[in-house]
Amino acid sequence: MPRKTMIAAINEALFEEMRRDPNVFLIGEDVRIGVFAGTRGLHKEFGDKRVIDTPISELAVAGAGVGAAATGLRPIVDLMFGTFLYLAFDQIANQAGAMRYMFGGQTTLPIVYMVQNGSGSSAGHHHSQSVHTFFMNMPLIKVVMPSTPYDVKGLLKAAIRDDNPVVFLNHLSLGGQRSDVPDADYVIPLGQADIKRAGKDVTICTAGMMVHHSLKAAAMLEKEGIDAEVIDLRTLKPWDETAVLESVAKTGRFVAVDESYPVCGAASEWAATVAEKAFHHLKAPVRRVSTKPVPIPFSPVLEKAVVPSPEEIAAAVRELFPVATT
Amino acid sequence: MSVPAEKVIDIYTRMLRIRRFEEQVGALFKEGQLPGFVHLYVGEEAVGVGVCAALRDDDYIVSTHRGHGHVIAKGGDFNRMMAELFGKATGYCKGKGGSMHIADFSIGMLGACGIVGGGIPVAVGAGLSAYYRGTDQVSVSFFGDGGSNEGSFHESVNLASALKLPVIFVCENNQYGEFTPADKAMNIKNVADRAAGYGIPGVIVDGTDALAVYEVAAAAIERARSGGGPTLIEAKTHRRGGHAEGEIAFLAGQQYRSPEEMHDAETKDPLTRVGTYIVELGIVPSAHLETLDADIVGQVTAAVDFARNSPDPSLDSLFEDTWV
Repeated sequence: MPRKTMIAAINEALFEEMRRDPNVFLIGEDVRIGVFAGTRGLHKEFGDKRVIDTPISELAVAGAGVGAAATGLRPIVDLMFGTFLYLAFDQIANQAGAMRYMFGGQTTLPIVYMVQNGSGSSAGHHHSQSVHTFFMNMPLIKVVMPSTPYDVKGLLKAAIRDDNPVVFLNHLSLGGQRSDVPDADYVIPLGQADIKRAGKDVTICTAGMMVHHSLKAAAMLEKEGIDAEVIDLRTLKPWDETAVLESVAKTGRFVAVDESYPVCGAASEWAATVAEKAFHHLKAPVRRVSTKPVPIPFSPVLEKAVVPSPEEIAAAVRELFPVATT
Repeated sequence: MSVPAEKVIDIYTRMLRIRRFEEQVGALFKEGQLPGFVHLYVGEEAVGVGVCAALRDDDYIVSTHRGHGHVIAKGGDFNRMMAELFGKATGYCKGKGGSMHIADFSIGMLGACGIVGGGIPVAVGAGLSAYYRGTDQVSVSFFGDGGSNEGSFHESVNLASALKLPVIFVCENNQYGEFTPADKAMNIKNVADRAAGYGIPGVIVDGTDALAVYEVAAAAIERARSGGGPTLIEAKTHRRGGHAEGEIAFLAGQQYRSPEEMHDAETKDPLTRVGTYIVELGIVPSAHLETLDADIVGQVTAAVDFARNSPDPSLDSLFEDTWV
């Protein structure tokens, strides 16, 4: 199977879906040039009409996506950075995330808002935040955060085919990540987790970049005799509760690892759910590992320290085994 | 051009439908029969109707928090509107939207909007959609003087202009953004002047003159339909009532408009203006208009009965119309 980068997989998904469905089009900031290269080459094949560069006007572009989707099209709105979604917040929260329900089901809103999320590139606070929890909080928005090229292709294609608004968050620092990606058409259903590493002693629930940090933590822990299961949720909403609860039933220990902030963060949601629904399986308290509650600093040293590191994740897991590891 | 007689009657009828509907809504609100709060379109009928009478059924409009008039102007149904205002299952939105979220996609009415300026980008998207699909539909964005101070207005007009989309931006300048006079909220006299900043025509029209609005709108619509891009129309009008019904209670008696100003607005009643025109030109006798009025009042009354007799939404519907 050919190995491809995350960016190449995104690009492939876009090409395939735009060829497949003439109602799919791409609109946003510098989509022709493709700053992150995911949209590169599309303009050459699909032209001005289906690959539309816009002014830097996130609010209007996000809302134009709503209007286009409400009248029969399937826009992919590329707003570059997760933080830029803050500028588009009204249209996503008040329109995309509400219109179908608020209007009694008169319309569907098949829109994908695609951005780069997260830190790790010394891009500074305005280009490095993890914004997914804001959208997880909106009842009718789906949120996807892939961690591998294989997953991104299948998930992006699923998101484009989905009739609901989806916020699709590629990780800013995972663009060059490689994995096996089939040339063929395939879809990964939204809402299905993937066990990236099977284990029996502890469940680490995570997504995005933190999947890779968690896998590194699991490798460290293995040497200490702790066999960690790493669950990559892939879709943050709706999320695969069943997979997580089944894993906890097996391991009896739970650590939630997420790149957003701790207050009302994704890790809080997962930990609360496990505490509510799997308490009787737990041999130790649930643990959360989140980004420290400060703006994302620029300095590579500080930036590395602000997000959960493999060492921190491993340390959180060890706390659940106080006797075994000493 | 003079507006054909048949169209004048059509315009008058739509305006009268709005007026009688809104008067009834105001009365129901006063009696405490409606949940929530309502913003009435009385006094501004000439704008919504002048524009919508120049549209085709398959054209789009996106409305505001003061949206009842736009729904009716586009051909909306009294029963389903009234039921929505009562929060009933038979309403346009099955009771989930209410006054500020009425939509009727079957007539291209893509929704009222509770956020000032919030509907403008959506209207641009509908225009983009028409362009993309290669139809000659147009999209109209209604908003107020207040909405023109939102970033969404400026981004949207620029976007539509840059992409040359078939969108008509219609500013209903009723002189007030909630309770703040427009001249305290912007340092220009005419919202239409803002068009120059985006390279599109800005047209000022007397928003109490439905026929003038119709003519200006028809020209802008034709321009948009034939690929000429957007126009900004500023219709200067008056809000006969308050920002919201019952506002006197939460304003605790504070006045923000002078009696002279209120009187001035009343003397410029847009409905009377078209009615007088019809009778003076002898298009139809005044008795005809009275019959029309009685008929519309009857329809409004029937809509209230329909709404009252309709069931509340079932609790099961709470989780319907979520994800497809």
